[in-house]
Amino acid sequence: MMLLDLQLALPEIFVLTMACVVLLADLFISDARRGLTHLLATLSLIFAAILTARLMMAPGEIAYAFSDTFVRDRFGDILKVFSYLLLAGVFVYAKHYLKNFNLFKGEFYTLSLFALLGIMVMISAASMLTLYLGLELLALSTYALVALNRDSLSGSEAAMKYFILGSLASGLLLYGMSLLYGATGSLELAAISASLNAGAGESLLLTFGLVFVVVAIAFKLGVVPMHMWVPDVYHGAPLATTLFIATVPKIAGLALIIRMLEDGLGNLHADWQLMLVIIAALSLVLGNLAAIAQTNIKRMLAYSTVSHMGFMLMGILAGTAEGYAAAMFYTLAYALMSAGAFAVVILVSVGEKEADQIDDLKGLAKRNPWQAFMMLMLMVSMAGVPVWIGFFAKYQVIMAAISAGFTGLAVLAVVMAVVGAWYYLRVIKVMYFDEPEDSSEIKSPVDFQALLTANGLGVLVLGIFSGGLIALCMSAFT
Amino acid sequence: MFEWPLLSLLIWLPIGLAVLVAVLGQAHATLVKPVALIGALVVFGLSVVLYLGFDPTTAAYQFQERMIWIEAFNIYYHLGVDGLALPLILLTTLIGVLVIIGGFGIKDRPHLYLAAFLVLEGLMVGVFAAMDALLFYVFFEAMLVPMFLIIGIWGGPNRIYATVKFFLFTFFGSVFMLIALIWMYLQGGSFQITDLHNLPIALNAQILIFLAFLIAFAVKIPMWPVHTWLPDAHVEAPTGGSVVLAAVMLKIGGYGLVRFSLPITPDAAAALDWLVIGLSLVAITYIGFVALAQSDMKKLIAYSSISHMGFVTLGLFLTFAIARQSGELTGAGLGISGAMVQMVSHGFISAAMFLCVGVLYDRVHSREISSYGGVANTMPWFAVFAVLFFMANSGLPGTSGFVGEFMVIVAAFHANVWFALVAATTLLLGAAYSLWLVKRVFYGEVANHSVAGLKDLETKEWVMLVTLAVFVIGLGVWPFPLVEMMEVSIAELIDHIVESKIQ
Repeated sequence: MMLLDLQLALPEIFVLTMACVVLLADLFISDARRGLTHLLATLSLIFAAILTARLMMAPGEIAYAFSDTFVRDRFGDILKVFSYLLLAGVFVYAKHYLKNFNLFKGEFYTLSLFALLGIMVMISAASMLTLYLGLELLALSTYALVALNRDSLSGSEAAMKYFILGSLASGLLLYGMSLLYGATGSLELAAISASLNAGAGESLLLTFGLVFVVVAIAFKLGVVPMHMWVPDVYHGAPLATTLFIATVPKIAGLALIIRMLEDGLGNLHADWQLMLVIIAALSLVLGNLAAIAQTNIKRMLAYSTVSHMGFMLMGILAGTAEGYAAAMFYTLAYALMSAGAFAVVILVSVGEKEADQIDDLKGLAKRNPWQAFMMLMLMVSMAGVPVWIGFFAKYQVIMAAISAGFTGLAVLAVVMAVVGAWYYLRVIKVMYFDEPEDSSEIKSPVDFQALLTANGLGVLVLGIFSGGLIALCMSAFT
Repeated sequence: MFEWPLLSLLIWLPIGLAVLVAVLGQAHATLVKPVALIGALVVFGLSVVLYLGFDPTTAAYQFQERMIWIEAFNIYYHLGVDGLALPLILLTTLIGVLVIIGGFGIKDRPHLYLAAFLVLEGLMVGVFAAMDALLFYVFFEAMLVPMFLIIGIWGGPNRIYATVKFFLFTFFGSVFMLIALIWMYLQGGSFQITDLHNLPIALNAQILIFLAFLIAFAVKIPMWPVHTWLPDAHVEAPTGGSVVLAAVMLKIGGYGLVRFSLPITPDAAAALDWLVIGLSLVAITYIGFVALAQSDMKKLIAYSSISHMGFVTLGLFLTFAIARQSGELTGAGLGISGAMVQMVSHGFISAAMFLCVGVLYDRVHSREISSYGGVANTMPWFAVFAVLFFMANSGLPGTSGFVGEFMVIVAAFHANVWFALVAATTLLLGAAYSLWLVKRVFYGEVANHSVAGLKDLETKEWVMLVTLAVFVIGLGVWPFPLVEMMEVSIAELIDHIVESKIQ
């Protein structure tokens, strides 16, 4: 039995081992050969993907391990594979930035791998305790990543802010969990669900606990009213870390919601649905309106994250398999688009200072036409123009909201999508219609270029052939 | 027998060519123009093959291609044409050739300019050929991106304001359509346009859906009062952009009304026909006066487009008034036929007028009417064409401009004499602003040095203007082929819309 348990957790064990190996190996690698650390970390991800894929092939749909605190299912496997791929991409993009800014150290890789481990534990959590452990591992690694550049004042400030607010959110989550434990008598999500089904628990206590849990989830996703940290952290952190925060942890956020609200508290759907409706509506409005006012591209993308997470919640609040699948699709699509967008910001960061103004993209179409075209695709995709992947993501969550009877929310969402189009168009305008101040060509390494090309074309191709990804997301919930 | 997927070719060949042209432009700049032109001609040739193979005696969709696109939502890649879509596809491919020829003079990144127009052409054909509502929506929206870039990169001084306004207006309109489509999908489980035609919907829901569609298409047509993006976009767009915008893109709004609003929500359309008729009459008269007051030639043509598109919307919605008035359907088809003829005819005439302005602008670099005077003295051949097209715009019998307007006005008489009276003012107003422009620009003494130094038409301009003149006069003298093409489909449409969908 124990052996089987270990087999189910093989990818997690492997990633843990490799994180330690990278940490140790990096000590003996000279600065000149730091590329080895990158290679080792990337190889770890590839092997982890193979391990997870093998589990996916194995018969049996859902398997529990470690006294029912750990679960392996299709939903988790898919999310894990995407996390590996995203992180591998983040590594490639980040390497270019880290080298430019003299931050190319092993810590980035070690911390990222530990964060990934936290995400994997969250994805596979079958108990509130496991969920919390994964969350904390992810959070602590991310705080450190934000402070990666020791000499940067804004970085340290952002890390402090993130840490304090994050601790508060963790505290709220723990408090909520303890209330739920008090009401249902169990930490295991399946057992909570079963006892709720049986009608156990005092409703006031449950609702109280639920509110705390939803607040913590809102913090992790960065949605209104717990969104304040998002722009500051995105802005203050080094670009490589911002890129990381904007991509992989979003998957963890999705896992947190699905595990807590669907697996555990699915029975309280009527209670949390309305909370999510309000959160989603506020995020859509505030995220999009605030993004318009930004001149800093990191802050603009931060507010756009707020609105995107609002869209994603529209899928969750439907409370149906289609809705969850839509939210999953949205998260994956968003992570893909956001990775590419931040990569382009890294691309234009040539010289002493990070490029963080929208105006730094001026005339990119003349300085590097192909990469500018990739950014164009990413922006129209984020705006939700068909046939890019962003459209199908929005389409599905809107359909989920309408089928749940929230047509008004859907109308608000599409109006806000039009508002959002304005600031994405502004990026295109700056790249294509403005003249560059410095017309020198922008160069980047081959692997960076290749990945950005794949990323940009990916949002188009995955849009045109979105059927496969949609079916994959559906299969996680049926 | 193996059949060519003609419609797919018409959509994807231009898009494929666009990629080829964009790639060629990096290394072999000299090849770009011939490749683009030959490609556009081949596409036009294919659309002629489509026309020759089309059977006008049936209302069924022809040249159908159907395969599953997104299984989870029952979305099909489903193409087909009937008598309403075919003329607009022919118009699109013809205009496609003309703008490629017109784009030969572009200096800044010509390969991308031509590529953008080729992509646009493919997407516009897709709009007319789509038989799946979501596929329609995808083409309808994706089209905005190339047009956004065309105006933004190659446009005039105030191009950024104009192109962003264009994009946001159209985007805003169409998102409501998306909600309506999804709502209907959740009711009926299908996005097939023909299934939506037969989906029973209660009146309240129909009215909401009708309004959602109306916002989407009214912005596109554009109808008063959501027309304000059009003058800006037209003025700032490069000549080719204005031509495509006026000739084809506006027609997509009218086509949308015929394909979606009328058959999917006939009861709501009947209940709210006063709204559309009212807005159309305002557009015809008020915008006609606005056109009269313009000092910028492109703006004048833009307002004239809005006024003429008012005839299209008027013709489409007169059907219900006629049916109510007379209780019979014989006259009802006249309005819709007139609207369709007007769309095709306006496609040729507006394209021609914008090309004429482009001819002058290329030489003098001014769109102001006051910069010209006596152009006929220095460019006699050009003046012949220009006068012909502006006459056609004012509805001169014997040109295509007359046919559509006449049919709509006759239909308006069937419905209500007052409608006809108001609509007929366009014959005055249209003549007034068109002819006054001709007088100020072409006649009289040579006004200044730049006019005195004008050279008459170049070969490529000859080709473009002669082609359009042939169609404008041809359609005016003998509109039968066009009417025949649409007749059966319109009859079928009317049979469909007089039947209530409330159950």
